[in-house]
Amino acid sequence: MTTEEEGIGTGPLNDGPAYPEMIDPGPIDPAAPLEPMPGHSSRGRLERILRAGEFAVTAELSPPDSADPVDVFERAAIFDGWVDAINATDGSGANCHMSSVGVCALLTRVGYAPVMQISGRDRNRIAIQGDVLGASAMGVANILCLTGDGVQCGDHPEAKPVFDMDCMATLETIRAMRDESRFASGRKLDKAPDIFIGAAANPFAPPYDFRPLRLAKKIAAGAQFVQTQYCYDIDLLKSYMARVRDMGLHEQCFIMVGVGPLASAKAARWIRSNVPGVHIPDAIVARLEGAQKQKEEGKRLCIDLIQEIREIEGVSGIHLMAYRQEESVAEIISESGALRDRKPHSVNPVIPQYMQQRFRVPS
Amino acid sequence: MRAVRHWSVRNARGLMRLYDLFQNTIVALEPLVRRIGYDRLERPVAAVEHAIKGAMFDCQMCGQCALSSTGMSCPMNCPKNLRNGPCGGVRADGNCEVKPDMPCVWVKAWAGAQTMMSDNILDVQLPVDNRLKGHSSWLRIIREIKAGGPAKPKSTARKAA
Repeated sequence: MTTEEEGIGTGPLNDGPAYPEMIDPGPIDPAAPLEPMPGHSSRGRLERILRAGEFAVTAELSPPDSADPVDVFERAAIFDGWVDAINATDGSGANCHMSSVGVCALLTRVGYAPVMQISGRDRNRIAIQGDVLGASAMGVANILCLTGDGVQCGDHPEAKPVFDMDCMATLETIRAMRDESRFASGRKLDKAPDIFIGAAANPFAPPYDFRPLRLAKKIAAGAQFVQTQYCYDIDLLKSYMARVRDMGLHEQCFIMVGVGPLASAKAARWIRSNVPGVHIPDAIVARLEGAQKQKEEGKRLCIDLIQEIREIEGVSGIHLMAYRQEESVAEIISESGALRDRKPHSVNPVIPQYMQQRFRVPS
Repeated sequence: MRAVRHWSVRNARGLMRLYDLFQNTIVALEPLVRRIGYDRLERPVAAVEHAIKGAMFDCQMCGQCALSSTGMSCPMNCPKNLRNGPCGGVRADGNCEVKPDMPCVWVKAWAGAQTMMSDNILDVQLPVDNRLKGHSSWLRIIREIKAGGPAKPKSTARKAA
């Protein structure tokens, strides 16, 4: 029993860690999770903000087609101090990019609060549950469960669609991992993941009268917050929210409405005929068409929508998806007054030196 | 075959009644089934089930039939195999995101569920057990009911509010 004599392998159960040298108290770590709080599922900032009754703001980071961590940090820095959490998409639109678990690992290590998206399109239940544990271990506090876009709309239409679990099954599975500390198989976890669980919602696609019921199902399956598809039809959102309030769903789940600037009338037309699930009314296209500076008008439109959305009872925040216009996020948030006087936590990340050196093949 | 599938959804309520009668009958026949043997019956019953449900619902033989919770519209015909409702990609005309010329399976399901006057569609369906693919749902139901298990074909986690 040499290991026992050397004291290796006996630590965790007896007197402290087996490898004390691995625990570096150091200065305060920006990536450290918040102290656990009663009534909270996670140790992340997004849940704190929402449960405190603040109007939350999240933004979507489009993951790079790159193996360079700096590409991720540069994209996150645009949002720093403006948002409560950053969504890392999981092959959105069925296009291949850096994985959401990879993006989140980078973001958490310097202190950002990511929302990790998980799509059921590319991975089965074994892979997804493994990713949930891995992400939680790396400090991810929020996970958003999606079914995922069909492979035919992306750049690898020849790929095999997995769809082992739909979003409802993923929600239920992660909820059980957290609350019952077990895998879907029933096998016990040694440590349950502290996850604030989210889902997507699309009030703007038929069958409209089933959409609030579908939200109710997602809540029953474990959703604590939802982020919706892009909202360009405020009347449709209002009638959806009226039904949601009648059912009391806004008291069981935080609802964040998706918004984003349209670059031009042409872009709006392209999006509505090519991006699944995005509904853009003719009046919106006409408004852009009539403007001299369409891009400016697109931003103005987004700001107007945010201001209207903020007044709807039961809406807890907005989710900004400014695809290819990420640089306008700060302006939109600031102009819209979405945050009122609140200033979200600013990370001012310290990027490790070795990550800043872009790899070059020596010549 | 899609025309027959859509007829079945339109007549979901009548089919549900018919099915309830059928289920009572096969459950009553359980002693006979046990005598012949579940294993021996598996292949012929699955073949008959596939022929009937294939013709009526484009059944994909997932082996854990959810038709009574999906307005008689088989969810395994959804290209994403969604078993809990429509995805966000349903087109404005109610057609499928993946197959633009096919009406969304769940738009149909919702219409069927409304004629059935049951709220089974609000049940959260757990992920499918892929081992059951190709097996008979009917035999499984007989066995489960006789064993005092769930009367519904697919166990459900919980119901929406």
